[in-house]
Amino acid sequence: MKEDLVLPATREATEDAALEPLLEVSGLTKYFPVRGGFPIRRTVGHVQAVDGIDLTVHVAESFGLVGESGCGKSTTGRLITRLLEPTSGSVSYRGQDISHATRKQLAPIRSEIQMIFQDPYSSLNPRQTVGKIISGPMEINGIAPAGGREKRVRELLEIVGLNPEHFNRFPHEFSGGQRQRIGVARALSLEPKLIVADEPVSALDVSIQAQVVNLLQQVQKELGIAFLFIAHDLAVVRHFSQRVAVMYLGKIIEVGDRESIYDRPRHPYTHALLSAVPEVNLMDEEAPQHERIRLAGDVPSPINPPSGCRFRTRCWKAQDKCASEEPPLVRLSGNRSGHLTACHFPEEPTTQGRAEDIVLDPALAALEESSEG
Amino acid sequence: MLQFIIRRTVGAFITLFLIGAATFFLFVAAPSDYASLACGKDCSGQRLADIREALGLNLPLAQQFWDFMSGIVTGRDFPTGHCSAPCLGVSFYSGDMVWSTIMDRFPLTLTLTAGGAVVFLILGVGAGMIAAYRRGTVVDKVATGASMVLSSFQIYFLGPIVLTVLVYSTGWMEDPKYVPVTQDPVGWFVGMSIPVCVMATIFTAQYTRMARSSMIEQLAEDHVRTARAKGMSRKYVFFRYAWRGSLIPIVTVLGIDLSALLGGAVVTELTFSLQGIGRLAVDGAVNKDLPLTMGVMLFGAFFILILNILTDITYAWIDPRIRLS
Amino acid sequence: MTKAEGAPAPTGPDGFLSVRDLQVTFSTEDGPVKAVDGLSFDLHRGKTLGIVGESGSGKSVTNLTILGLHDPLFTTVDGEILLDGKELITATEKEMEKLRGNRAAMIFQDPLTALSPFYTVGRQIAEPYMKHRGVSKKAAWERAVEMLAKVGIPNPKERARDYPHQFSGGMRQRAMIAMALVCDPDLLIADEPTTALDVTVQAQILDLLKDLQQEFGSAIVFITHDLGVIADMADDIMVMYAGRAVERGTVDEVLRSPQHPYTWGLLNSMPRLDSDLSTPLSPIPGAPPSLLTPPPGCRFHPRCTFRERVGGTRCVTERPLLAPDRASACHLTAEQKRTIFVEEIRPRLG
Repeated sequence: MKEDLVLPATREATEDAALEPLLEVSGLTKYFPVRGGFPIRRTVGHVQAVDGIDLTVHVAESFGLVGESGCGKSTTGRLITRLLEPTSGSVSYRGQDISHATRKQLAPIRSEIQMIFQDPYSSLNPRQTVGKIISGPMEINGIAPAGGREKRVRELLEIVGLNPEHFNRFPHEFSGGQRQRIGVARALSLEPKLIVADEPVSALDVSIQAQVVNLLQQVQKELGIAFLFIAHDLAVVRHFSQRVAVMYLGKIIEVGDRESIYDRPRHPYTHALLSAVPEVNLMDEEAPQHERIRLAGDVPSPINPPSGCRFRTRCWKAQDKCASEEPPLVRLSGNRSGHLTACHFPEEPTTQGRAEDIVLDPALAALEESSEG
Repeated sequence: MLQFIIRRTVGAFITLFLIGAATFFLFVAAPSDYASLACGKDCSGQRLADIREALGLNLPLAQQFWDFMSGIVTGRDFPTGHCSAPCLGVSFYSGDMVWSTIMDRFPLTLTLTAGGAVVFLILGVGAGMIAAYRRGTVVDKVATGASMVLSSFQIYFLGPIVLTVLVYSTGWMEDPKYVPVTQDPVGWFVGMSIPVCVMATIFTAQYTRMARSSMIEQLAEDHVRTARAKGMSRKYVFFRYAWRGSLIPIVTVLGIDLSALLGGAVVTELTFSLQGIGRLAVDGAVNKDLPLTMGVMLFGAFFILILNILTDITYAWIDPRIRLS
Repeated sequence: MTKAEGAPAPTGPDGFLSVRDLQVTFSTEDGPVKAVDGLSFDLHRGKTLGIVGESGSGKSVTNLTILGLHDPLFTTVDGEILLDGKELITATEKEMEKLRGNRAAMIFQDPLTALSPFYTVGRQIAEPYMKHRGVSKKAAWERAVEMLAKVGIPNPKERARDYPHQFSGGMRQRAMIAMALVCDPDLLIADEPTTALDVTVQAQILDLLKDLQQEFGSAIVFITHDLGVIADMADDIMVMYAGRAVERGTVDEVLRSPQHPYTWGLLNSMPRLDSDLSTPLSPIPGAPPSLLTPPPGCRFHPRCTFRERVGGTRCVTERPLLAPDRASACHLTAEQKRTIFVEEIRPRLG
C-alpha cells in the first residue's frame, strides 16, 4: 500500500476557481410522508427531513456538512445526487436544474456527480471483483477510456494507494480501510467534478480513518474535485472542509468558512456542539479553558419540530420571539462575509470558557449541586 | 390493536372477494366450455342445452357472476334443488352440494392438522429449544442429527413403512380410518393416530431445526447478553428473554404450514387412503369437476387469509414494538 | 444508597480488580484466534481505567471475560482475574450470577439492541434488584423509578412503564446506566457506552457517569476507541493493540508523554479541533494484523516506523514486555522513546 501521500502545494488555480459555483441548492425541502389513521390509512404527517436549505458549493471546493443524527445531512446528500427527489426547492448543477430531471436528463450529469458511502462492507458487491466494481460506472455510462478499462482501473487503484495487481480480487480480501479506498476509486472512475461523501470515514478505526481522510484530501486538491463532505465528527470536518454548514433538524443554522465556524461561532447550537467534543489536552501547560455547555435531552422529532427557531427547546438564550418567529440565515454584524447565522440572540464569537458553565440537563444539574453541597 | 384487527379482517374479506372473482372468471368465463365439461363424454346436443340452461350459462356474464357471489352469501336455487348458503355450487360429478361435501370431509382434515400441529409443536419446538439450551452436548448432536435424517424423509416413504410394521405384518393396529370424534372418541384417536404421527414426524424434524437455529440466534442477541450481565440465570434468560424473540420465525412458518394443511394434506391423505379435503381437491381435478375445484380452492384461500391475520396478531402479542406502533 | 457497613477495605497495592496474564482464545473454523494474549492490569476502588484500542484489539473481549460472559463453547480463558481477592475464572456459574449486576455491572455500546424490546424499561431495571436484594416486586419497581429519576429521565413513574423503543437514544443509554447502577456495584464496566450517541448527548452521558461515580463510588473500566473520551473520563489508561497491552500509565503520562509508537500513531492520526491544518494527518501505515496469524515478536512491528532504530531483529523475534509499573511494551530504550517523542512526535501534534 502506498502510505506516504505527498501533498503538493495547493494549486493557485483553485483559489480563483473557487469563485465559480458548481452546485447551487436553494429552498431544498424533503418531506417523507408518515402513514397512519383509521379506518383508511392515509398520510397523517410528514418527517420534515430537510426543510428549505440553501447552499452553494464552488468548483474544486470542499464543503462540510455537520450535524447530529436526524438533522437531515444525509438526506441532503441523497437529494443532491438525486437518489431522492426533493419535495420542493431546486438543485442546480452548473446552472442546470436537476431537482426533477428524469433519468435520461440526468444521464450526462450522473458521471460528474459521484457518491462515497459510509459502510465499506455493504456498499461493495461481494460477488464482483474489484476491477469490475471500479469499472462498473464506466460500463454503465458507456465510457471507454484510452488504453482500455483495465488500464484505467489499474491507474485508479494506484491513485487510491492499492496494489494495481489486485484488480482481480474480491472485496472480502480487503480490510475496511482498503475497501473504502475501493469506494473512492469507483467514485473517481468517471472523473467527477463533485463527490458527495456521506460519513466516508465514520465506520473506520482512528488510524485507518486518517489514511482515508488524507487520501480524500489529496484527491480533492490534486484532481480539483469539489466535495460535499457529510459527517458528524466536527474535528474530521474541520480538517477536510474549507467551508462548513451546521445543520439542526432539517435546517442550516450556521454556515461560513472554517475559521469563522470553529473559532468565531455565533449560533448557540454551534457553541454547544463544539463544547461537547471531548478533547485531548496534549500540552503540559494549562491550555485556555474551553466552554462547557450541556444541552438538555435529545433532538426533537422532525415530524413535529418546534415552531420558530427549531433549536429553542434546548437553547439557554431562547425567548418568546424564538417561538413565534423563525430566525433568518443572515450575516450578523461583526461577522466575516459568507458567515451566516440563523439566530435572534447570537452568542459572543468565542469558544473560551465562561464564568459559569451552561448546564441545562436537569439530572446533571441536580447531581452537580448535590456533590458541591 | 383493535383497529389493526378490524382493518385486517376487512382486508381479508376484500381479498376473498377478489379471489372468488378471479376463480370465477378463470373457470366459468374462460373460453373452456364449462357446459361440455359438465356434460361429460357422451353428450347429446339437447343435453348440453339443458345443462347450459340449468347452470345459467345463457344468462349475461355479470348476472352469472352475481349469482355465484351472492350464492356464497345467501344461497341459491338450482333446478336440482336448493343450495343453502354458503353455496359453492353443485358438483358435476356427484351432483352433491360442494359446500356440504367439503363439510363432510373437513373434520378429518382438521383432525390431521390440529393433531399433527399439537405433536410437532410440542416435540419439534421442544426438542429444538432443548438442543439450543444444551448446545454442543450429546443431546444437541442427537437432536440435530435425527432431525437432519428425518426431515429428508417423505410421508409417502415413511407412511407405508409404518403401515407395514404396525398394521400388515404385526396386526398391532388397524388400518387408519376416520371416525367422528363425537361418535367414538377412542376410535377417532386410534384410527387417526398413525397418519397424524407420521405426518407430524416429518414436521417435527423441520421444527426442531428451525427452533434450534432461531433460539441460538436469539441467544447471541445483545439484549440477551445484557440480561446475563445483570446476573439473571441462564434458565431465566432462556425462557424470559431469548424465547420470545425466537417465536417470531416459528409463528411465521407455522401460519404458512397450517393454512396449507387445512387446505388439504394431499400426500398424507393419499398415503393412508383417507377422504379429506386434499383428496377432494385431487378428485375434483381428476374428474374435471370445476365447481368442486373452485370450492376447495376458495376454502383453502379462506384459511390462508385467516391464518395470516392470526399470525400478525401473534406478532403483536409477542413484540410490543409491533403492538404499539 | 446504603451500602453494607464495614465493606472490606481496599485491598493492597494490587488493586480491587486485578488481572494477571489473561489469555483468551477463540476456536474458529479457520483455527484458534488468540484475542487476548497475556494481559495484566489493576484497577483501584473508585478509580477509572480507560482501555483504548481499535477494533480487534481485544478490549471488549477482556471485559466480557471478566464477567464470564464469553461463550464457553468456543472460548478458553487462562490466567487470573481477581475481584476483591476472589478468583473469577474458576468461579462457578452460580457464583458469577450472584456477582453480575450486583457487585459488577456492565453498560453496552448500543442501548437499542442491548435492552430487550419485549419488556418495559422499569421491569428491566427492577429485575436485577429483585434478584440480588431479594425484595418484593413493588419495592424493586419503586427502586427502578428512583433510578430513572436519578439518571435524569423526566416523569420516571410513567416512563418506567414504557418499552425501550419508546425512548430516544440518549434516554435509552440513561436507562441502561440506571440498570447497571441499580444494585450499587463496586465495579462498572462500560463498553463504548457513548459511541452510538450524538456528540451533545455523549457529553451529557459522560458527565452523568462521572457524577454518578462520585455518588456511587464504583470503579469503572471504560472501553473506548476515542482518545478524547478517555482523556475526559479516565484516571489511568491502558492502550491495547492486537490482543496485548502496549502502554499503560496515568492519563497525564499516556497522553502527554506517550512512550509507544502505536500511541504516537494514534495521537498523530486523530484530527482535533485545535490541530494544525497546514499539514495532513499522519496515519499509521497498514492495517491491524489478523489474529489468526499474528506477526511474531512485537505485533506492531509491521506498521512501526521506528523499528530500524531498535536495530537487529529484536522487534521481529522477541516480544517486548510491559513492565508492571508505568511502561510501554517496546524495544526502544527509555532514552530513545523520550527523545523521539519530544523531537519528532510532539511538534507534529501542534
